[in-house]
Amino acid sequence: MSWIDIGALNDIPLRGARRVKTPLGCIAVFRTDEAEVFATANACPHKGGPLSEGIVHGRKVTCPLHNWVFDLETGEAQGADEGRIATYPLRVEGGRLLLDPAVLGRRAA
Amino acid sequence: MTNRLVIIGAGMASGRVIEHLHETDPGGWDITLFNAEARGNYNRIMLSPVLSGEKTYDDIVTHDDAWYAERHITCRFGEHVTAIDRTRKVVTGQNGEVAYDKLLIATGSAPFIIPIEGRDLPGVITYRDLDDTNAMIAAAAKGGKAVVIGGGLLGLEAAAGLSSRGMDVTVLHLVGHLMERQLDETAGYLLKKDLERRGITVKTGASTAAILGKDRAEAVLLQDKSVLGADLVVLAVGIRPETRLATDAGLDVARGIEVSAQMVTSDPDILAVGECVELDGQLFGLVAPLYDQAKVAAATLMGQGAAFVNRETATKLKVTGCDLFSAGDFADGDDREDIVFRDPARGVYKRLVLQGDRLIGAVMYGDTADGGWFHGLIKDGADVSEMRDTLIFGPAFQGGRALDPMAAVAALPADAEICGCNGVCKGRITRAIEGGADTLDDVRAQTKASSSCGTCTGLVEQLLAVTLGDAFDMDTPKPICACTDLTHEDVRRLIKAQELKSQPAVWQELGWTTPNGCHVCRPAINFYLLADWPVEYQDDPQSRFVNERNHANIQKDGTYSVVPRMWGGLTSATELRAIADAAEKYDVPTVKVTGGQRIDLLGVRKEDLPAMWADLGKAGLVSGHAYSKGLRTVKTCVGTDHCRFGTQDSTGLGVKLEQRLWGSWTPHKVKMAVSGCPRNCAEATCKDVGIVCVDSGYEIGVGGAAGMDLRLTEPLVKVETEAEAMEYTVAFVQLYRENARYLDRPYKWIARVGLDWVRDRLADAAERRRLVAAFDLSQTIYQKDPWAERADEDAARAFAPLADLTLEAAE
Repeated sequence: MSWIDIGALNDIPLRGARRVKTPLGCIAVFRTDEAEVFATANACPHKGGPLSEGIVHGRKVTCPLHNWVFDLETGEAQGADEGRIATYPLRVEGGRLLLDPAVLGRRAA
Repeated sequence: MTNRLVIIGAGMASGRVIEHLHETDPGGWDITLFNAEARGNYNRIMLSPVLSGEKTYDDIVTHDDAWYAERHITCRFGEHVTAIDRTRKVVTGQNGEVAYDKLLIATGSAPFIIPIEGRDLPGVITYRDLDDTNAMIAAAAKGGKAVVIGGGLLGLEAAAGLSSRGMDVTVLHLVGHLMERQLDETAGYLLKKDLERRGITVKTGASTAAILGKDRAEAVLLQDKSVLGADLVVLAVGIRPETRLATDAGLDVARGIEVSAQMVTSDPDILAVGECVELDGQLFGLVAPLYDQAKVAAATLMGQGAAFVNRETATKLKVTGCDLFSAGDFADGDDREDIVFRDPARGVYKRLVLQGDRLIGAVMYGDTADGGWFHGLIKDGADVSEMRDTLIFGPAFQGGRALDPMAAVAALPADAEICGCNGVCKGRITRAIEGGADTLDDVRAQTKASSSCGTCTGLVEQLLAVTLGDAFDMDTPKPICACTDLTHEDVRRLIKAQELKSQPAVWQELGWTTPNGCHVCRPAINFYLLADWPVEYQDDPQSRFVNERNHANIQKDGTYSVVPRMWGGLTSATELRAIADAAEKYDVPTVKVTGGQRIDLLGVRKEDLPAMWADLGKAGLVSGHAYSKGLRTVKTCVGTDHCRFGTQDSTGLGVKLEQRLWGSWTPHKVKMAVSGCPRNCAEATCKDVGIVCVDSGYEIGVGGAAGMDLRLTEPLVKVETEAEAMEYTVAFVQLYRENARYLDRPYKWIARVGLDWVRDRLADAAERRRLVAAFDLSQTIYQKDPWAERADEDAARAFAPLADLTLEAAE
């Protein structure tokens, strides 16, 4: 099963994010540097805030509703907050964003 | 069996007696109520607002016809009682007799008429009841000059009312300072100054010799031979108990009708209450003791034991804008000590009078918020020796017995909640500190305390100080965040001094410890850069909170709210139709009117925003920036356009200000208002900038707030023209933009730099011009409607999901 092309790298602003709708809920895709991207669950485990609307700093994002901070590599909440967001494999190839088909319940071949 | 009760006088005291009787024994009394006025009971205290036009008679009626009918009370209104026959137990009215088992005299008081020539001329009125009030309103409608004789509570309220109705008013007062029974000299002086500021002339030490005029009052002659022209003369020198009926009936009468503590006169079947009575040599004029008397009289009538106890009463003047409070006894005396607080700049004066360990009197002017608390201490005879040092600062400064704030924090139990936002208790914080968290940031990171609204920061710092002792230096200036050791002020200074014009320049030159800041510092740096270098720096949407990035307010469910701008609160049928159409087209679940005089459409999906903005834009609507750290609204009243009290075109000025200032980014949100007169219908005195129009110009106040903190504006300047009002407002906003910390509202910034510093900077005409020019330059770049810029296909794509995989079937 091949990786899913979800769009161009330049569709995400630098230090910004976009969301992708999937059958299992929304995924947030982040661009932390020129060619560095991450994909995680979009909903904050605290109150469901849309993480794709948060401020992206370093390899972290701050939830726009109550300032929970998550590490985008591990999905772990930082500081005193306890929680974790799911992370998904995402890679850049030829300026395109390729997402692991597992998000559709499929396995990459 | 029912008892026959006859009441003479339908005033506030007897009205309260009837209420008590009906609450306790609804069918027990057959009541006949006489009243010389052709109406029932109304709230006499509120005659002043009726005079000034803030209320109407209907607003102040306490008991209407239906109320009396429901209680089967025989009303004989407009009928004078001519005699009381105590032997036959009969009261004689103009229309006949009525027999009583019990009689209640509540004839109140009559205005004291000074025995001078001309007192009976037409155009001379007293101020006692509704008829007097209506006569004054009618006289004021013709305009001209009014002379009020008497500078007590009633006289000043009459003066203020007539002045607000457009008359040229002079107050004559025999004594050296106004309201000498309630105020001391200093408070009297401040009151005089305030009244004069509103255009009322006050002459103290002025003795009236005669009222001059042929067919009606034309002038007032003073003892010093000076003559004041007068189309209307109001006599408000005082009142005396109305006792004629009681005297004629042979009851014991001194200055008032003498009563026992049970409110019974010298005849056991006759009671008396209100301003007509005298008890232990004392007369009564304020409403609180009258209500107490009414309660006692009702209890006596029903055969219950009760006794009247005279309590301390407090006075407040019902004149808008003159904030005074007085309670208890404040005459000087050998055994008395004063605590005095003065703030000349704000016109605040507070004086407390102590006798031994008790507070016995309080006079306050300009800031009377703590009046009720002081009044309570006086009434209770509380021992105030423990809090004497901070007493004058009011209840907010009284931490029980502990005056050392550290001691109070140290004494808190471990389960006391310190951080309300995140539900963090003291024990959790002290454990973190003992575990090595020795800075505020560490405590925040480990416990979340003080990491949301920040109002508990002081408490957390005190806990650090209490737990660590000398190891914690509370006064160390706080860095912006964990990314740097520099404070906001340091960074602002260095951005200007080193001409840092980009984010990377800041991170590099100022030694940031993180690659590109965090959610705390980056929005601040983005603002500082765009405020200091509007032309060179490019605003970064990714350094903005979601609302400013998406130009709408995110709601808890991830939808947004949309608030179009309504300039100065004005709208039109076309705009309202466009808003209604958009609400239907995009299935907006909630449409709400905001506190800033505009309309909020709540529950809009992000992907619908650009199309909705395009639709609203076609009707001429632009973003209201309800989501921004920038100019929100300029709230206005209708001013001279429609309002009979408006002194200037407040709506027009509000619209002009909003058109000049919209779109500018500021350290925090900025709310403004313009009121057309000191009645302040636009609530300008709790705004970041509030302008109150007066006859002679514009009073600009700054630093108000009505949020987590409640602040009144402080006067910045008074100017004569609208152009100057605009200039000062723009210059103030630019000064705030150039100097304040990000997320400090103007009142917080002013508290840091001092209002004098702000005033001095703005008083310099060259600096003012520079500030206005700098602001206008910035506006050439930032005054653009963000909605119009995003009402296209590109924005629609950017606001929609990057991809929709929901239709990709799993294989």
